[in-house]
Amino acid sequence: MNTTSLLVFDGLLLFSIVCLAWASLATTDERRSVILFMAFGLVLAVAWGRLLAPDVALAEAAIGAGLSGALLLAAVRKQSPGSSRTHANTDRNYSGSGAKVALQWLITLLCAALAGTLAWALLHALSSAPHDTLPRAISDNLVASGVSNPVTAVLLNFRAYDTLLELAVLLTAVLGIFALGQTTPGYQPAGPVFDGLVRWLVPVLILTAGYLLWVGAHAPGGAFQAGATLAAAGVVLRLAGRSRIGLPDGFMLRIIMAAGVGVFLLVGLTLLLLGRPFLGYPPAWAGALILLIETAAMLSIAATLLLAFVGGQPQSAGVNAAANRQHEENSRC
Amino acid sequence: MISLASSILILAGLFFYLAGSIGLLRLPDLYTRLHALTKADNLGLGLLAAGLALHSQHLLTSLKLLLIWLAVLAASATSAHLIARQARRQETRR
Repeated sequence: MNTTSLLVFDGLLLFSIVCLAWASLATTDERRSVILFMAFGLVLAVAWGRLLAPDVALAEAAIGAGLSGALLLAAVRKQSPGSSRTHANTDRNYSGSGAKVALQWLITLLCAALAGTLAWALLHALSSAPHDTLPRAISDNLVASGVSNPVTAVLLNFRAYDTLLELAVLLTAVLGIFALGQTTPGYQPAGPVFDGLVRWLVPVLILTAGYLLWVGAHAPGGAFQAGATLAAAGVVLRLAGRSRIGLPDGFMLRIIMAAGVGVFLLVGLTLLLLGRPFLGYPPAWAGALILLIETAAMLSIAATLLLAFVGGQPQSAGVNAAANRQHEENSRC
Repeated sequence: MISLASSILILAGLFFYLAGSIGLLRLPDLYTRLHALTKADNLGLGLLAAGLALHSQHLLTSLKLLLIWLAVLAASATSAHLIARQARRQETRR
């Protein structure tokens, strides 16, 4: 009975994932499409939970549904009819409808090819290798990793190279964001109700980020989830029209942006100098080193995600406040 | 006894969710739909959380569920207010 009801639940889950994905792609209204995409991300997070992967579920809910949704909504807002520049761009890109249809078919074919390749690789991996060797190798070496959460052990110890390179990718992304120029002034100042929510929600989000970072050593959590939560606090502040959203100015911001990669590299190089392999932590120090790296990584990830939401190089506080006032006056007229 | 009580609470919560969803689909305009969605779903979530807390029988889990409910209450009340205010502003502008 229990397995049957779970099977029904899983079927419903799969069905709603496919339906939401289709609805999100099929609708012509961009805002609706983004909101459906966020719902899709949330249901996907539930699916990851059902696959007993709570770490991925947390990351999907925080980054896939929450922050990506906020990013996409901000993009839709920028593209709204008020700004003529983006419209000219879209007109030029899709000048001929024949080219558009051909492009759509090309993208569809490429996506289908990608999906086919992935499915083939998955089937191949499932059928060929005995797939319990990796979990066994992890659980055998978990004691030496410094943490008791196997996911954190893999991400920050056994395959720390991958995570270092991921952080480098994020740093490169920030450089791309900075190339977009200065930020536009934020949103209008919030009314009393929203402001009241912000006043207690932001501290709670910061506290939650710290908790997620700490708990990552022995339970689902870690730098990426904590960074996304911290960035969410900044997103809420920006939506509420605050001129300061928790990002420091100038040099300090650059230090925080580079902190993840920098601390990671410093730890690795110090270990090299001490005669150990690159990022081969001594077991006695592994826990502390992982926490140090994760703390720096959380700050970098949060800054990167927040800068992506802001969409450019932040202005210094004084300029920003003045621009906000200007914006306010304009909107009042 | 406890499992019966928690089942009743969860079922009651599901009933309110159902009512809220039907309201969202059937009610005529934005304000009434918002009303159905936020009021009924908040109560539904509260009953659901209470049922699950009884089911878990751990104080820490129960406190976490209570926190989740309070956070959702505040967030949904605020977002309902924001949506309704925006809709009202657009109405008066027309």
